[in-house]
Amino acid sequence: MSAAVGEGVAQGEVLVRARGLRKHYGSLEVLRGVDLTVRRGQVVVLLGASGAGKSTLLRCVNHLEAADGGEIWVDGVPIGFRHDGDRLHELREKDVARQRAEIGMVFQRFNLFPHRTVLANVTEGPVQVRGVPRREAEAYARELLERVGLGDKVDTYPDRLSGGQQQRVAIARALAMRPKLLLFDEPTSALDPELVGEVLAVMTELAREGMTMIVVTHEISFAREVADHVVFMAGGVVVEEGPPEQVIGAPQHERTRAFLARVTA
Amino acid sequence: MADRAGAALTRPVDAPGDGELLPQVRIRHWGRVVAGLAVLAVLGLLFQAISRGDIDYASIPALLTQDVILEGLVDTIVLAVVAQAGAIVLGTIVALMRTSANPVLRWVSWAYIWVFRGLPVLLQILLWYNIALVFPTFSIPIPFTDAYLLDQPANVIMTGFLAALLGLGLNESAYMAEIVRAGLTSVDRGQTEAAKSIGMSPAKVLSRVVLPQAMRVIIPPTGNDFINMLKGTSIASVIGFTELIHAANALSSRSLAVMETLLAVAVWYMVVVSVANVGQYYLERHYNASIRPTGTRGSVWAKVGGSLRTPPFMRSSR
Repeated sequence: MSAAVGEGVAQGEVLVRARGLRKHYGSLEVLRGVDLTVRRGQVVVLLGASGAGKSTLLRCVNHLEAADGGEIWVDGVPIGFRHDGDRLHELREKDVARQRAEIGMVFQRFNLFPHRTVLANVTEGPVQVRGVPRREAEAYARELLERVGLGDKVDTYPDRLSGGQQQRVAIARALAMRPKLLLFDEPTSALDPELVGEVLAVMTELAREGMTMIVVTHEISFAREVADHVVFMAGGVVVEEGPPEQVIGAPQHERTRAFLARVTA
Repeated sequence: MADRAGAALTRPVDAPGDGELLPQVRIRHWGRVVAGLAVLAVLGLLFQAISRGDIDYASIPALLTQDVILEGLVDTIVLAVVAQAGAIVLGTIVALMRTSANPVLRWVSWAYIWVFRGLPVLLQILLWYNIALVFPTFSIPIPFTDAYLLDQPANVIMTGFLAALLGLGLNESAYMAEIVRAGLTSVDRGQTEAAKSIGMSPAKVLSRVVLPQAMRVIIPPTGNDFINMLKGTSIASVIGFTELIHAANALSSRSLAVMETLLAVAVWYMVVVSVANVGQYYLERHYNASIRPTGTRGSVWAKVGGSLRTPPFMRSSR
């Protein structure tokens, strides 16, 4: 682990570096030149009103969306491209899949596979993508489900679970691939209020264990307590970033203050 | 009741909702009785009319197992099954082309559906059957040699069976393409994204996540189409293919028992269609069971038992 570089709470070397990301849908510019740096072991929370570009930025990191301009490097690899000398060659979807296997993602609407049991949801990636023997994959899946508190639900189908339970299975499914990085796209936004806590608890635990995470959320208290670095976005650009006590505790920009006033009201 | 006595004193004893539960009088469904009687009357009249008709009913069972009829039955089933199977495979390929990111493939699949769905089946069968008029021989030369993989007169190759198979199968494949496409688009985009996020290649996303879920939408109309296909093979009688109708015509032109033979054939159609119905039911249940399970993954018997019980929403509608 290298020493802290520059400002911010630096845990280690740079794991994710986004440079000058641009993305538009038709005439709507969603990302207008975004830079982002995430160090190994860091929890970075992206804040901002809907339409600020947070989710798009997150989805660019594992190439669910292809950026129109700019680069994203994860662990020294350009996402969606092959680095060859002084060129980046666009990758085919099959090869992008190999890059995605290293990056886990948790979705707002869980997106568990409804036709497979909880256990099969979690083993699907390791068995089908990595070619892990089924028994080995199942043993690890049971361990992960135990960790998220669902050891007794392995044979259940997703539609029998509450939203909070489904989201915890989704986290186990992402972890089963032993990812370098976990992306969370508003993981608690589709949950009933009383179920938010159990999901945030699992995420907090993961953060404590040193998982590198990029989290889009509206849970300000989670950002304040768990994040190492908070990025506030508006209108497709990063308005303000820094440690939570600075961005949330003492925001410098008017837009940040207005946003925080609205969500914490 | 004793501790309620005080409260009862402050109110009139016969206030609405007080006292014992009242007996309830259920609605009498007179409409059902009337409809039942009407149906019985119509059936009675129909039966009377039929029994007076000049038909030799007793001869029908023997006709059912005439060699010509059985041959027609087998040909009907073989033609329908092969044509439908081919249509499912072709249709799936065309549907994948139609939903592909490749604009050339999208355009080609659109044109394919446009042509094969647009032309009447009878016309397509006749075009295939008469192809010898424009291409007297079919030949596939092996490149860089003088040998031929295939070199035959068109009349030899294009039998009634092949013409019917091509006409029915290609037409159906265009419909199947639309059915499969509807199934593919019915699967939530989040499923594809989740599959991609665990590193699945496009082929795995399709075979492990999207297609299994699309089956729920694909199977019912496919079963519908197959039943149509079973009956649609009768069109092949026009080009002399010995399916059921053609067999019936051949038989009755000699025996002159036209109605009896047609009714025998009708029985066979109903039998075959009923068998197809049962097959569809089990297929649907299989794919629904994996999507809407009974909770936990129990034994096969528990599953069968669970699905034999009436689902709750059916019980509530009396």
